[in-house]
Amino acid sequence: MEQRAPEHEDWTRRPLRATLLTLVAAGSAGALLWTALTGVEEPAVALVFCLFVAGGELARITLPGDREVAPVATAGAISYAFVVSLGQGPLEHSAAQVVAVAAIGVLMGELPHVAVGRAPRPEDAARRLLTVMLLASAFRPMAEELSLSGLSVTATLLMLALVSAAWLVDACLAALLRAERLRTRLWVTVRDEVRAQSAVGGVIGAGAVLIALACSVSGLVGLLVFSAPLLVSHVAFRRYAEIRRTYLETVRALSRVTEVGGYVESGHSRRVSRISHAMACEMGFSEADLLSLEYAALMHDIGQLSLSEPIAGGATVLASPLEQRRIAELGSGIIRQTGVLDTVAETVRRQCEPVSGDGRAGDPPVASRIIKVANAFDDLVGAGGGAERRAAVVERLRMDAGTEYDPEVVDALARVLTRP
Amino acid sequence: MVLIGPHAGIDLRTLVFLAVLFVVAESIGTAVLSDVRAGISPSAAVALASVVLLGPVGAAVVGLSACLVIRRLAVVKRAFNGAQFALSAYAAGLVYIMLGGPVGSPGPEDFPAVLAPYLAAVVTHTVVNLALMSALLWTLGAVKHLSRDVLGRRPLAVVEVTSLGYQMVGLAIAAIWSGVGIIAPLLVLFPLFIARWTFTQQANEVRAHEATLETLCQAVETKDHYTRGHCMRVAEGSAMIARELGMSAERVQKIRYAGMLHDIGKLGVPTKVLQKTGKLDDDEYAAIKLHPTRGYEIVREIGFLDEALAGIRHHHERLDGRGYPMGLVGMEIPESARVISVADVFDCLTSTRSYRKAWSVEDAIAELRRCAGTQFDPRMVEALVRAVEREGWRTPDIEEPPGGCFGQVATAGTGSGDLTGPGGRE
Repeated sequence: MEQRAPEHEDWTRRPLRATLLTLVAAGSAGALLWTALTGVEEPAVALVFCLFVAGGELARITLPGDREVAPVATAGAISYAFVVSLGQGPLEHSAAQVVAVAAIGVLMGELPHVAVGRAPRPEDAARRLLTVMLLASAFRPMAEELSLSGLSVTATLLMLALVSAAWLVDACLAALLRAERLRTRLWVTVRDEVRAQSAVGGVIGAGAVLIALACSVSGLVGLLVFSAPLLVSHVAFRRYAEIRRTYLETVRALSRVTEVGGYVESGHSRRVSRISHAMACEMGFSEADLLSLEYAALMHDIGQLSLSEPIAGGATVLASPLEQRRIAELGSGIIRQTGVLDTVAETVRRQCEPVSGDGRAGDPPVASRIIKVANAFDDLVGAGGGAERRAAVVERLRMDAGTEYDPEVVDALARVLTRP
Repeated sequence: MVLIGPHAGIDLRTLVFLAVLFVVAESIGTAVLSDVRAGISPSAAVALASVVLLGPVGAAVVGLSACLVIRRLAVVKRAFNGAQFALSAYAAGLVYIMLGGPVGSPGPEDFPAVLAPYLAAVVTHTVVNLALMSALLWTLGAVKHLSRDVLGRRPLAVVEVTSLGYQMVGLAIAAIWSGVGIIAPLLVLFPLFIARWTFTQQANEVRAHEATLETLCQAVETKDHYTRGHCMRVAEGSAMIARELGMSAERVQKIRYAGMLHDIGKLGVPTKVLQKTGKLDDDEYAAIKLHPTRGYEIVREIGFLDEALAGIRHHHERLDGRGYPMGLVGMEIPESARVISVADVFDCLTSTRSYRKAWSVEDAIAELRRCAGTQFDPRMVEALVRAVEREGWRTPDIEEPPGGCFGQVATAGTGSGDLTGPGGRE
């Protein structure tokens, strides 16, 4: 759910992503060339699967956490890799043909998206293709070797094992890419990805194996009829992603009421949220914690709504400690009323305590300490501060580190600001 | 026995296995993931698989096993569930074999001929199930309007398609049964359980979103004592009108949210102007007039509201073109704005303001009718009247504000019928 980082196409910033893209592009091109030279086995079947993949790619969804997935397309392509007989006849296409069909399908499905300016995230599309490449090149030769027939327990178990292995590889790759993009710690992203991808991965895997098995009984009709559970899951994922996006949009939009009301400077909540996010990534926050931090950062000034008149200039860092504390309490009270955002409420409540707490309930949570630093930083720098002013402000915050601010958080801020 | 249907050659192992599976699906499906609204039950897929694999009698036996569900349930309810599932599975089985569907695991030669009888069986199963359920609820007196209370409870059209898609997997289980046996249902039901789990998560998020939205709207209202609860009542009123006009559930929801958020721009209006009890001067009135635009600016990034956003921006427009901010005339005003405008003024009239006491619902309705055609769209007014007559209207608790002073100012609506003029604030 993070703001999308500006795209840096250059190699040096994200070498892993660039390598992946090159590899997948080269692999697909090679497969296409090979298929073109050796001829297409069962062109009608290839065409149907290709269209299926294209349709699934066209209906791709963006899950929470900016994860672009196309469960229908991926499952369709995997089932094409797995299908060894269709109705009564055997099906003996090569692994290269599977990759070629999947690549063409992905391209066809993405064209309309690109035409309306919704280009895919290249690394996510590449990961989808890579999964198909791995599975096709592992299963097709093996099926030939073992002369597997369509519907058998051995074949099913083999497919399930391969799908699970491929899922694990894909999740790790996604974690690596995510760590590179957000500049956060690898083990945190591995955990996040495994958690986030298990539902989609399970649906894709089970759906693909089911289609491959059912096709061997029912022929191509199976592809259309037995993708039903896949489609149901697709609808469920889509609706879930939509509500999560709406939720975030709502909180983002409503965090601006304090700005319109003249309580805080325009853009303050968003800047605090952005800088908090960067610091939290630097400090290795998990995805769930990042989301809760983002909500807290967006709403950290909401308590000012209860003031009858705005604080002059809106900068809470300049208000008296007592006043700051009251605003935090009021805001926390408002958020707690929702009944669903208790962590966020607690973060907001303790956002102005000094680093060692106020002697009542121990140290404030790390999220609160981050917001405290981010808020002070933004209030002191203001909307249009240049690099020099930022550096000066960090120095000033550093002077109070250890008493007022958490030194680790201030260090994280300094690192975030100085990196290229 | 001929009447009951063919029962010879039912494989006992298959029967027992399917019955166990059915009980498990039914237990997990309803205990852990109880979301009737999503219209999905994995057990229906198993029931339909047994229709194909076992024929009507076997399927009825599998359906009957619903009374063994592992859940705390009164005996009567168990019996009813068992009978309900048995009957619907039996009916589905009869239709299936009557249309020539083969009993047993279908092979390559059966496709695609088996699809038509199977689809008919799915439809029969759904219809009989729903009919039995409605009949029960109706006899218990739990529902009066069958069409609205039972069918209307399902929120989206997509759900119907979803549940149909869900039940296609019964055939998938049957098709790969002969080859992979026990793995078949696991493979098929796993994605369905995930889908169901995701739908539950989604429902939770919807609730959380709703709670957050409500709380934030109410927080904004604390600025003005008199408008407390106003946004929620306008939200309900707008939703009532939208429902009465027969809008889709999704659109009703959007208009409801827009109604909730319609006055959010008031935050940009200085408190002293909002709470002023005397007549407003031109500058102050200009500040008030800005609030729909301000509100629109705040919420326009909430993408899903789309056309309902216009409802926030234009809820002070009038049919005769004398409204603000743009002075749109007649049907130029977006439908959502016409809905919210009526609900807004209705709630404003029926609650106490700093400059007057609350009106009764009857007086308010009379006033709305008087202004229909000049200020309001008569269609919306009549829809509100019908909805209020049927469902009633919750007026706010009338309470005196602490230390507030009541200035007796020109009451809104008298004389010119100009509810949004400088005299009235809403």
